[in-house]
Amino acid sequence: MLEIKNLHVAIEDGSKKILNGLNLTVNKGEVAAIMGPNGSGKSTLSYVIAGKPDYEVLDGEILLDGENILEMEANERAAAGVFLAFQYPIEIPGVATMTFLKAALNAQRKQRGENVFTTPEFMKRTFAAADKLLIKRDMLKRALNVGFSGGEKKRMEILQMALLEPRICILDETDSGLDIDALRIVSEGVNALRSPDRGFLVITHYQRLLNHIVPDVVHVMNAGRIVKSGGKELALELEANGYRDYQAAA
Amino acid sequence: MSAQISQLKTAAELALVQQFTSQKSTLGGDGATLAMREAAFGVIAQEGLPNRRVEHWHYTDLRKEMRSVLPLAEKPTSAQIAEAKISLTHYEGTKLVLLDGTFVPELSNSTSLPSGVKFTSMADVLDGSRPDLLTHLGALDVAKGDHALCLNAAFMRDGIVLEIEPDVQLDTPITLISLRSRGVATFSYARSLIFVGARAKFTLIEAHEGGENTDCQVNDAIEFVLSEGANVEHIMRQDMAKTVFYLATVTANLGAKAAFNSFALVRGAGFSRRQLYVQYSGEGSIAGLRGVSMLKGTQFADTTLVMDHAKANGISRELFKHVIDGDATGVYQGKVIVRQYAQKTDGGMKSNTLLLSDTATMNNKPELEIFADDVVCGHGATVGALDDELLFYLMARGLPKPEAERLMIQAFLGEAIENVEHEPMRDALNECVDKWLGER
Repeated sequence: MLEIKNLHVAIEDGSKKILNGLNLTVNKGEVAAIMGPNGSGKSTLSYVIAGKPDYEVLDGEILLDGENILEMEANERAAAGVFLAFQYPIEIPGVATMTFLKAALNAQRKQRGENVFTTPEFMKRTFAAADKLLIKRDMLKRALNVGFSGGEKKRMEILQMALLEPRICILDETDSGLDIDALRIVSEGVNALRSPDRGFLVITHYQRLLNHIVPDVVHVMNAGRIVKSGGKELALELEANGYRDYQAAA
Repeated sequence: MSAQISQLKTAAELALVQQFTSQKSTLGGDGATLAMREAAFGVIAQEGLPNRRVEHWHYTDLRKEMRSVLPLAEKPTSAQIAEAKISLTHYEGTKLVLLDGTFVPELSNSTSLPSGVKFTSMADVLDGSRPDLLTHLGALDVAKGDHALCLNAAFMRDGIVLEIEPDVQLDTPITLISLRSRGVATFSYARSLIFVGARAKFTLIEAHEGGENTDCQVNDAIEFVLSEGANVEHIMRQDMAKTVFYLATVTANLGAKAAFNSFALVRGAGFSRRQLYVQYSGEGSIAGLRGVSMLKGTQFADTTLVMDHAKANGISRELFKHVIDGDATGVYQGKVIVRQYAQKTDGGMKSNTLLLSDTATMNNKPELEIFADDVVCGHGATVGALDDELLFYLMARGLPKPEAERLMIQAFLGEAIENVEHEPMRDALNECVDKWLGER
């Protein structure tokens, strides 16, 4: 479903190269975890897939179901099914969460040539998804992410993911800043979205998250490349030994 | 304001002198009114139009900007009144209409105002019908000597005077509509006075339209006098054509425990300067001045305000938002004075600007002059472009760039608009924003 081939990426001004010939495949229905030390390029990878303009792709391609998405704007990628759950969700003062959710959902549907949801349809879907994530109604009326706790922001990301029904979900350190309860709620939200048609790329520093969201494959990233791939037991091994071995390999 | 500048008079200054000398006796009123006009014009005759060396006008060089002086507006003809009537159809409720600065009873509901509201035309007051009211014109200490206000006092011809009786609570607003006749290039001066009795509450909407295809110069002033416990919401929408040169002054004299909230949406006029002077004349009063300005092309818009906390326990809040595109320029000058005995004053001022192009300009000047020692006063000014991180977040959720930008600008301006209490007007202001964004 998601194929990344020989991806070379630098910061836009060309000052620093971050991804160095990265190859990665996430199959349909698969949960792939990416682990790696600080500065290995994990967040850059997630941003480049989502279409953030601060990076320059020097070489390679990113294919979503065979179609190269590198020429697409971020919103076109979103409409094509790419979803990035941000490590630090952005606060948007003045935009009520419901207004934002409806605008996003209908913008994607419009771009795909689908009917937009009426307000009652939209509310029904949103409330149902919010209830599952224990998101209170009054939070939906507040400005998006403004004054939300770390846990609330992450739950809001998962709510967006549930509503937008993406084909490939990228979770960028979704576990950071979460307490044990919030981690469980968020993980359950993610697990509920696992389906044979949907792929997940779960970026994390710690094995802890992978106890809750059990991956099918684990990739180790270092210096802008995947340096090792294996089963879920690889995460446990990393937790025990650290990244030392792989840093030497790179 | 008292700067003595001896320069050769500009063409505009010479024209003003000529205009005043030849027409002062035809503008209405003699005796006290004429004396008031002469005193006011004396400031202009002596100091000239203010230029950038006058601190209060530093970013808005009126001497440079006002290159010529158009003929004074005449009383509108019946044809002009009939034409103006068409543009009034979208206004509901109680209307008072000024056309080229002249009050037009045929277009207004001045004879069917709610009970407890008394109307007089300013022309009648200037003619001497109400000497008790005349003394209130230009009486606010903090605004004395203001050049735009002096110019207005010299040439004022008409306007409205409202007296709201004590304890009257008006549920529906009164709308003051200022229109311009088509095809007539004039300079018009309107002056209005609003007295609000003790504990009375009312909303005044001020709408400015017109001026299409016609060079127009406009200098309006409106003065509010709030008695103890009075509560006023004032909402101004300025949507005139880009051919209009516009000066406006609002003053408010606040009695004890009075509340004055004034909001302005500035979208029109090629050149505009809006001045607000608020004087706290009793203890425990509160004023909120807020506004949004949306500028593009070569528009220039200045908002300059002075809050004078002369008494204790006053609260002031200012929040101004500018969105500037193209080669347009915005100015915000906010001055908060806290006098020696105005203890426990609580002041908060904010000016935020979004620049949408590389050639857009914003000049911000917050000033605090505090002479009391037990006060809380703060100010903040920001100028920036649309936040790239925010833009990416919205786009990553599927919003195309123009839609994402629109949402961000709406949210930015919405923070000021949400303070408007009158809900239909709040919706109308948001519509104005949407329309402007749609035309971008």
